Amino acid sequence: MSVLDLQAMGLRAINTTLQSAAGSGDSFTIANPRGSHAVAVGLDGPLNVTVQGSTGYYCAGMNKEAEITVEGSAGPGLAENMMSGTVTVTGDASQYAGATGRGGLLNIRGNASSRCGISMKGIDIVVHGNIGHMSAFMAQKGNLVVLGDAGDALGDSLYEARIFVRGKVASLGADCVEKEMRPEHLEILADLLSRAGADAAPGEFRRYGSARNLYNFNIDHADQY
Amino acid sequence: MDKTPKTEPRQSWTFSREVNAEIRRAAATGIYDIRGGGAKRRVPHFDDLLFLGASMSRYPLEGYREKCDTSVTLGTRFATKPIELKIPVTIAGMSFGALSGAAKEALGRGATLAGTSTTTGDGGMTEEERGHSEKLVYQYLPSRYGMNPDDLRRADAIEIVVGQGAKPGGGGMLLGQKITERVAGMRDLPQGVDQRSACRHPDWTGPDDLEIKILELREITNWEKPIYIKIGGARPYYDTALAVKAGADVVVLDGMQGGTAATQDVFIENVGQPTLACIRPAVQALQDLGMHREVQLVVSGGVRTGADMAKALALGADAVAIGTAALVALGDNDPKWEAEYQAMGTTAGAYDDWHEGRDPAGITTQDPALAARLDPVAAGRRLRNYLNVMTLECQTIARACGKSHVHNLEPEDLCALTMEAAAMARVPLAGTEWWPGKAGF
Ligand SMILES: Cc1cc2nc3c(=O)[nH]c(=O)nc-3n(C[C@H](O)[C@H](O)[C@H](O)COP(=O)(O)O)c2cc1C
Repeated sequence: MSVLDLQAMGLRAINTTLQSAAGSGDSFTIANPRGSHAVAVGLDGPLNVTVQGSTGYYCAGMNKEAEITVEGSAGPGLAENMMSGTVTVTGDASQYAGATGRGGLLNIRGNASSRCGISMKGIDIVVHGNIGHMSAFMAQKGNLVVLGDAGDALGDSLYEARIFVRGKVASLGADCVEKEMRPEHLEILADLLSRAGADAAPGEFRRYGSARNLYNFNIDHADQY
Repeated sequence: MDKTPKTEPRQSWTFSREVNAEIRRAAATGIYDIRGGGAKRRVPHFDDLLFLGASMSRYPLEGYREKCDTSVTLGTRFATKPIELKIPVTIAGMSFGALSGAAKEALGRGATLAGTSTTTGDGGMTEEERGHSEKLVYQYLPSRYGMNPDDLRRADAIEIVVGQGAKPGGGGMLLGQKITERVAGMRDLPQGVDQRSACRHPDWTGPDDLEIKILELREITNWEKPIYIKIGGARPYYDTALAVKAGADVVVLDGMQGGTAATQDVFIENVGQPTLACIRPAVQALQDLGMHREVQLVVSGGVRTGADMAKALALGADAVAIGTAALVALGDNDPKWEAEYQAMGTTAGAYDDWHEGRDPAGITTQDPALAARLDPVAAGRRLRNYLNVMTLECQTIARACGKSHVHNLEPEDLCALTMEAAAMARVPLAGTEWWPGKAGF
């Protein structure tokens, strides 16, 4: 386990060290992040990274295969466009967590702000607390699991992503509807909850998805948005 | 027979046949007109400028003998691997999805033969274009379709798209007919849906955020790649200044005549400023920041000839980019398909229903049978020839103005034919020393 001090080394050296170690499966601890942006981005292979403290924008951006844990809170765009691997934040995540993510698991132990999972394309996101408004906006693929409540306009203009919420939903966005929870969904949910270490029963959740009414333009739907 | 003189039937200018036809079409269908291409209305353009040439006080260069350099380097500000081009004209971003795989390949072939770069588009990077483009710019768009770090790293530059001249403030559009299995797979979307890509980036909202986004992209790509920011011709002075502030290596500025694959006609024709009106404010912003030539400016939107290119460079651009003209060089709207255009109710030169995917020339389509009509090798050669001609034309003008590099062309080499063009280009109206807004008059 190597400890890298971000304030002493600087961001470029930290990311270069991690990027060149990606694939080795080694473990690194980043000390003193102090809200720095773009920490541990573009890692391209198995590697364990623990960030001791809170990060700024785009921590773990475009991650592939690495396991990254932020012991603190994360700024906007956490794990944006993540491809695979696991990113965990023990505190809260700011706006656009998991934006456009294409794979892997984003595990947010606290709350996530607005636009969580925006344009997600295959990532799985588990939020142990609440999520803000416009989450899963234009979400295309993947699963968003929320143990707490969801803010306004959940799943607006949704494509094929699945949303599971245990608490209250303030309002649903255009073309997002509640859907029947079938056995296969309970199975997907159980797996995600267990991978995220979440203490909740799949049966307590409701499922939301696209009504698919806006997939092809129809003038009679113009008043829905 | 009644011999009383009659009033001639008179068509209204306001309610012309075209306008009324559009009202009837809207009434019948309930949907706005969607089409490809750029603004079709006449706006002040490069045609309204002329070069002065050499004279008693300006010394020309020998037409065929003396060197007139055309090379340009893009991305000298921060990137450790700037892009070196032989000619100051690049191929603009056009998506796979809007264009066939063979068309993308042809663009790559033609650009590479001519010594310039090509650009991906909304929909990700294809092997056809990566494989055939020596220098490929990878677009980073609001939709982020197909975005991944491997393609970022194998690109030669990254272009963050904030806007497009055809539709500043609008997102992409690719209708269901063109969302084939391959296109859908690349975009992570169901097949056959009308795909309306986002108009705003999902994870940043303004220039301060963008600065951090650029930091992230540079960290992912080892600070090697030039980062371009593409803006539509909306507020060119401030947009350019903010792009520089956000850390751009290159600003790509696309005026309202710039083409699009599919957008509402009302948007194309009514939003954004003409290319000619955008260049001087953008150059002014670079000059005010001490960044002219350090942050390169690439101008697009209605560039067709070496003369257009020379005029854009004279106004301060470092290079131009072409979309529509490159497609025409490949074979788009060729009169040889006239019978098929007629069958679709249009004619060669006017065909713009690119979103329907039925392009007889096999370029703006995903239909395998139509796409097979385009031979990417022959089409690539046509593009190469055309790019070479543009360059020769530009050099011809530059030599006549006494310039040993096309970048030495300057506003003083120009005059304007109309008041509007004089005001926009800030060069004198022909025969005067005056332009609207010039101090001292
Ligand atoms: C068929 C087609 C597809 C386009 N797709 C994109 C795109 O995906 N992303 C983008 O930034 N611009 C796109 N554009 C705009 C071009 O990049 C460029 O700005 C424009 O074509 C320049 O104007 P010109 O066509 O008059 O040369 C597209 C243009 C055309 C004609």
